[in-house]
Amino acid sequence: MTFSFTPIIGGALIGLSATILLAFHGKVAGISGIFSGALSGEALSWRAPFLLGLLASGVIVPLTGDQLGLHEAFSNSVPRTLWVTGLAGLLVGFGTRLGSGCTSGHGICGLGRASKRSLAATLTFMFTGAVAAFVTQHLIFDLIKQS
Amino acid sequence: MSTFISLLSGMIFGLGLIISGMTQPGKVIGFLDITGDWQWDLMGVMGGALGVHALTRLFVIRREEPILGGAFPRFTLEVDRHLLGGAVIFGLGWGIAGFCPGPAIVSLATLDANIVVFVVMMAIGMRAAKRLQS
Repeated sequence: MTFSFTPIIGGALIGLSATILLAFHGKVAGISGIFSGALSGEALSWRAPFLLGLLASGVIVPLTGDQLGLHEAFSNSVPRTLWVTGLAGLLVGFGTRLGSGCTSGHGICGLGRASKRSLAATLTFMFTGAVAAFVTQHLIFDLIKQS
Repeated sequence: MSTFISLLSGMIFGLGLIISGMTQPGKVIGFLDITGDWQWDLMGVMGGALGVHALTRLFVIRREEPILGGAFPRFTLEVDRHLLGGAVIFGLGWGIAGFCPGPAIVSLATLDANIVVFVVMMAIGMRAAKRLQS
């Protein structure tokens, strides 16, 4: 692996975004909560533009091309059959609602306010994430990869 | 103003996810799988985000209320089995596909079938959890 500073810079932007949302709207920048709330049609006045901004970043940033070195934005995909991807999506959706948050809500906003709940959740999903990544990469890789 | 702020923070959030490498599932799985070619520099995402957010929020919460009105959120304090069970399940999905909710939504821009399926199933999973809890 070649070390890169870009994760820290990107992380700083994420932290800044979370503070802007808190300062102006008094809301937590937890993506799973924002997405599922919007699905239920709750408080769309701030949720819808936030999600639109997220979507727009995915369209606009790659257009900047090589100048920012961001042309690899969506590279590095992993070979998974659609069934496996769908199962993973189901687990992520179900788990984040049952557990009231995802990487952003618990891992950044929650830890940012020193919440014990979020620390417990973050350590837990980091651990099971590591287990799942190990199992999929080393034990059952040939079964689930897209041919 | 209110709409613009939301849109702007969504865009900054997405830009941060892209710059940090979180929209590259192979990189995320390389971080979670510590036995492979460990992509430990992804720890910097949480480091950078936490560092900035934890510090800047201290200035924010000195205020009585948010700049555009309303109230600051109140939080549950207990660690319960829903929280931990949910985190277990979320982690498994994250480790299998390398996507958590934010990067998946940003990656919809690619219109890749895998991403679309992931987000649709994620939405179904959220509805199911909500129904179960109500």
